[in-house]
Amino acid sequence: MVKEVMTSNKAVAEAVRLAKPQVIPVYPITPQTTISEYLAQYVADEKIAAKYVKVESEHSAISAAVGASGAGVRVFTATSSQGLMLMHEILFAAAGMRTPFVLADANRAISAPLNIWNDQQDSIAQRDAGWLQIYVENAQEALDTTLMAYKISENPDVLLPSMVCLDGFILTHTVEPVEIPDQESVDKFLPPYVPEHAYLDPKEPMSIGNFADPDYYTEARYAMQVAMDNSIEVIQKTCDEFAEIFGRQYGLVEPYKTEDADIIFVAMGSLCSTIRVIVDQLRDQGEKVGLLKIRAYRPFPVEAIKEAVKNCEKIAVIDKNYSFGIGGALYSDMKVKIDKEIYGFIAGLGGRDITPEYILEAYEKTKVPEKDVTWIGLKEE
Amino acid sequence: MVDIPDKDLLAPGHRGCAGCGASIGVKLALNALGENTVAISATGCLEVMTTPYPESAWEVPFIHVAFENSGAVASGVEAALRIQGKDDVNVVAFGGDGGTVDIGLQSLSGAMERGHNMLYICYDNEAYMNTGIQRSGATPFGATTTTSPQGSASFGEDKPKKDMPMIMAAHGIPYVATASIAYPEDFVNKVKKAASIEGPAYIHLQQPCTTGWGYPSEKTIEMGRLAVETGSWILYEIENGEFSITFTPEERKPVKEYLSQQKRFRHLQDEQIEKIQKYVDAQCSELGL
Repeated sequence: MVKEVMTSNKAVAEAVRLAKPQVIPVYPITPQTTISEYLAQYVADEKIAAKYVKVESEHSAISAAVGASGAGVRVFTATSSQGLMLMHEILFAAAGMRTPFVLADANRAISAPLNIWNDQQDSIAQRDAGWLQIYVENAQEALDTTLMAYKISENPDVLLPSMVCLDGFILTHTVEPVEIPDQESVDKFLPPYVPEHAYLDPKEPMSIGNFADPDYYTEARYAMQVAMDNSIEVIQKTCDEFAEIFGRQYGLVEPYKTEDADIIFVAMGSLCSTIRVIVDQLRDQGEKVGLLKIRAYRPFPVEAIKEAVKNCEKIAVIDKNYSFGIGGALYSDMKVKIDKEIYGFIAGLGGRDITPEYILEAYEKTKVPEKDVTWIGLKEE
Repeated sequence: MVDIPDKDLLAPGHRGCAGCGASIGVKLALNALGENTVAISATGCLEVMTTPYPESAWEVPFIHVAFENSGAVASGVEAALRIQGKDDVNVVAFGGDGGTVDIGLQSLSGAMERGHNMLYICYDNEAYMNTGIQRSGATPFGATTTTSPQGSASFGEDKPKKDMPMIMAAHGIPYVATASIAYPEDFVNKVKKAASIEGPAYIHLQQPCTTGWGYPSEKTIEMGRLAVETGSWILYEIENGEFSITFTPEERKPVKEYLSQQKRFRHLQDEQIEKIQKYVDAQCSELGL
């Protein structure tokens, strides 16, 4: 085990090196680019024994990833924003074809207007693709989650691809100290991928990606829902196994001072670090407030959320995304599944900093509500 | 002579139309490549007619992902096989003309440029036949389709066919060829040559389509022959940059003989037929036929 100071992009690249994928089709895009650069260098330096496929677009990156995974090897790719949007069609195919590879998404706003900075609209827009989505808060979590994502996806009860979502620039370009696990421990945790459901071997021909008529399509999609349901337990089990070997415990969600809280913030990603500071400040002032960090957004961990918020009166959800005409995606999902008084706040779009003042404003507006969904920090005309 | 193996690697019983040219082409290609092959297909007639779940006509490993990405999918498959040391496995991707010259062009260009050791075969029936005969970039001048229809102000498709094999040749890949299902020996030889060459190879296979072209289903081969005999489709190969014609008709027939037998051209006036004849003459003279 080594401790080094690095960005989350480097942390993801380190996890990929340790996970030993055999094919890496990747196309550069800000702010994911350094992941593609680190991996190119690792392959050039023989630190990873993989084919690095220098594709001409994200569409081809994800297509080659499905091809390689379908052929039976471990695969990694990464992208961001417009790149993830270009992949959209094939994300659905990857999940439907049950190719269990891992994609890191450096969360970035979607055009127009063109913007390279962070929000989470890009991955949120892919939430119905059938991928597992895990949002991380810091570089250590980015590394650890990338490793765990392979084990979760490749579990025979899951066999769905995973998206590790890390906030662009806030995480991808900010350095933090990170513990890099040793290869031996990682090999123990994550053995080589040996698929039994999809591989392309001339000695044992199989057809994958077939055409399915109305007699079969529904069952194929339902099987994905079953896999998504199964993944809840698999994620928790994998987190526990990870903790046993590496000493860092993760889960589907991460509650902070929620037990006796009257109001609980719910959020995903790096924003949780800021909210935690605000929770402590408010606690010092005698306010009973907590934070529920959602790590697994798909599957949506309903039972874990219910357990964490069972004692609270109100919930303040902060979304770095927006579904026009209704509200933030996390807010909408909470409203559907959690029977509490829930308010939604939209903040941090296109890289607008979410300051402590914004979080305090959300808190006040939850105490004395004006409307269901509030855009925080809107500038006056 | 072409060897006919005991077992076809594209099994009978698939849902292709009677007289389907695509299935003839794919069967010939697979039999030439042999069992040690992995096949990739774009969405289209071929994929839909051969893989209705839970059935499959493919006796070799097969993967389909989407319409416009068979070049990239094949790239991933090829990379996965090679990293596992499976250097002797043939990787062949099939795409229709729409999946190749239109929507799949970028993906294919990337695959060719990167030098994957694979063969891409475009089975060209000159329109989007699977969805009901819409024009593609490979639809020839004068053909009426459902999206380039003949009408009072239209004689059908008003642009010549995109010259895809030469676009592929411009990538500097070691092997590019045109072929026709009506000349199986020529086609099979090209497939075998393409498979034996290290690096990317591209074969553009013309295959008449009874449904889309409008001729009796028993005349598929005859139509393919007429295309070549009139110079409307020229059989050649470009091996490491060396161009050569692989079949020269004894006497080139007038294009009218080819056009008049197909419903898609039957509306053409002498003026347009003359234009097509001139275009074909120019092509033949440019390529030295």
